[in-house]
Amino acid sequence: MSALIEFQEVCKVYRMGDSEVWAADHISLVIHRGEFVAIVGQSGSGKSTCMNIIGCLDVPTSGTYLLDGRDVGSMNKNQLAEIRNKLLGFIFQQYNLLPKLTLLENVEVPLLYAGVPKPERHRRAQEALEMVGLGDKLRNKPSQLSGGQQQRVSIARALVGKPAVILADEPTGALDSHTGREVLRLLQQLHDDGNTIVLITHDNSIATQAQRIIRLEDGAVVYDGDAHAPEAVVTAGAIGTGGAS
Amino acid sequence: MSFFESFGLAIKNILSSKMRTFLTMLGIIIGVTAVIVIVGLGNGMQNYMKDSFSELGTNTLTVSIPGRGSSRSVSVDSMYQLVADNPQQLDKISPTVTMSGTVKIETETADSTTVTGVSEDYFQMKGYGISQGRGLNYVDVAQRKDVCVIGQYLNQAYYAGGAVGQTIKFNGTKLTIVGVMSQKSDTMEEGGSDDCIFLPYSTAARLSWTGTISSYLITVVDENQAAACKTLVEDYLYGIFSDENAYSVTSMAEMLDTMNSMINMVITILAAIAAISLVVGGIGIMNIMLVSVTERTREIGIRKALGAKERSIMQQFVIEAGTTSALGGILGIALGFALSSAASVIISTLMDSSMSVTPSMGSVLMAVGVSVGIGVIFGYLPAKKAARLNPIDALRYD
Ligand SMILES: Nc1ncnc2c1ncn2[C@@H]1O[C@H](COP(=O)(O)OP(=O)(O)O)[C@@H](O)[C@H]1O
Ligand SMILES: [Mg+2]
Repeated sequence: MSALIEFQEVCKVYRMGDSEVWAADHISLVIHRGEFVAIVGQSGSGKSTCMNIIGCLDVPTSGTYLLDGRDVGSMNKNQLAEIRNKLLGFIFQQYNLLPKLTLLENVEVPLLYAGVPKPERHRRAQEALEMVGLGDKLRNKPSQLSGGQQQRVSIARALVGKPAVILADEPTGALDSHTGREVLRLLQQLHDDGNTIVLITHDNSIATQAQRIIRLEDGAVVYDGDAHAPEAVVTAGAIGTGGAS
Repeated sequence: MSFFESFGLAIKNILSSKMRTFLTMLGIIIGVTAVIVIVGLGNGMQNYMKDSFSELGTNTLTVSIPGRGSSRSVSVDSMYQLVADNPQQLDKISPTVTMSGTVKIETETADSTTVTGVSEDYFQMKGYGISQGRGLNYVDVAQRKDVCVIGQYLNQAYYAGGAVGQTIKFNGTKLTIVGVMSQKSDTMEEGGSDDCIFLPYSTAARLSWTGTISSYLITVVDENQAAACKTLVEDYLYGIFSDENAYSVTSMAEMLDTMNSMINMVITILAAIAAISLVVGGIGIMNIMLVSVTERTREIGIRKALGAKERSIMQQFVIEAGTTSALGGILGIALGFALSSAASVIISTLMDSSMSVTPSMGSVLMAVGVSVGIGVIFGYLPAKKAARLNPIDALRYD
């Protein structure tokens, strides 16, 4: 297995007046191709910061981030946009579909920016929607769908460009437990198909769906290992928001 | 993302809020309409002027010699000699004696008829045709014959079309009608250009008891040289009177030029004022686009997360602004044309003249160009703002 994501002493510091917040505090980690990793931690522990850096939406203050062997820190905005387009698929907590576009058009957006010609775009978007079980709603608008369905559209959009990594930030956060489980099952299926998945959550019970857990606390990694080891869900003396349940 | 895809996206966005788009475009619509109608009005006025002047003859000089403040005078013969001496510049000459008095046909009085004494060349100089009988000839003039040529209106109104050989009375003198002129204006009416009588200038001078003839019509060889010919005649008259107030020479071509440049100036100023509303329209577009960027911050964030480059976002907004104002421009053109033809109808019914408001192709092209340009220029700033948005901030934005 080759290293797909590699953090070397990555730091992200927010300065607000005199105070500094170390949202990422010397994080080093390696995620390989084909892994299903959950990044967990309480609110404010630095998960989103981590995800933004992995997702090339933000760059580290210091340290090195290698994505597929390439140093992201030295890239310009256009190159970052290209990386996001080609290598990354995002699934957001709030789905973030474009309300004026149909489902098909929504799923086509990454392909549009990749310059894929229209007929191929159509075909691939349709396939992706069929795969998440929404092949019969191509012309619908997002507002006509339930939350779970919308999240499935956003999953279709994330995988349509065949990215190297699928990044899911609290994908079940806005869903009831039943539809949440369905979405997780879908992610599991994507993993089984060989996709690399990074799942970000504050909920241990969801994190345990992954193979591996990286636990963050105050911007630092406090656990990195098997999701099913007993230590994985026990935080160092924390009365956790997402304690073992 | 290709231009056409951006364009499609722009159309979609524009159509998704029709009312707002319409209001945004309103400034452009009004501006373009105003420019087109004003330029059309100017064109119409110029054409109208040109027609009226060419009726008067742009190749003619009108010479008036009141002889004020001078005991000298200039004879008809010396005026003829002036023309004969300058064959390169001056073509023909005719004295014009405007008469006032009563015109009677049998017992009926024609009040509005103009009566003018002219030479035998006058009809040719003015391009007037003779439809019945003959025109005036040299013998009529030399012998001061009591003959005349009448306009078609008189012929139709009083002689049932058979005036030649009949007589007409002017201030009690019986004139024999030797010819009838072709119809000059589209509609013949009392007091119009077809309600006229022409008699030999020598006869006219005799009837009106004037010794000297004080006005002349001269045709020039080349109407582009009208100004030089005018100077020639003026110099000659100055040589006689040594006083510029004693005479005046008017060149129709020069007057037309002056009129045209005056109209042009007025039209340019009006069009410039109208164009200000295009700029105001552009600011309206910028305003709405700025609002739109704020409203669509989240959309921009999503698009950026999914791989949109700054250039794509920029292109999307600029094209949207350009399309909005181009659409406004097209509506403005349609409205401009509609108003122009309405104005033509109104002017021709109210003012009883055939002036037509004719929008020029140039103003249409300019209107489209300017409105697209304005959209792009005023859309640039909001588009730049959109493109620069940080995707993380934009995604977090609610
Ligand atoms: N843009 C920012 N400016 C200042 N502080 C920030 C910013 N983003 C995050 N932080 C701080 O960094 C820390 C980590 O935040 P975040 O990565 O959002 O955590 P999580 O997603 O785990 O809740 C928090 O203390 C937060 O207040
Ligand atoms: Mg967060």
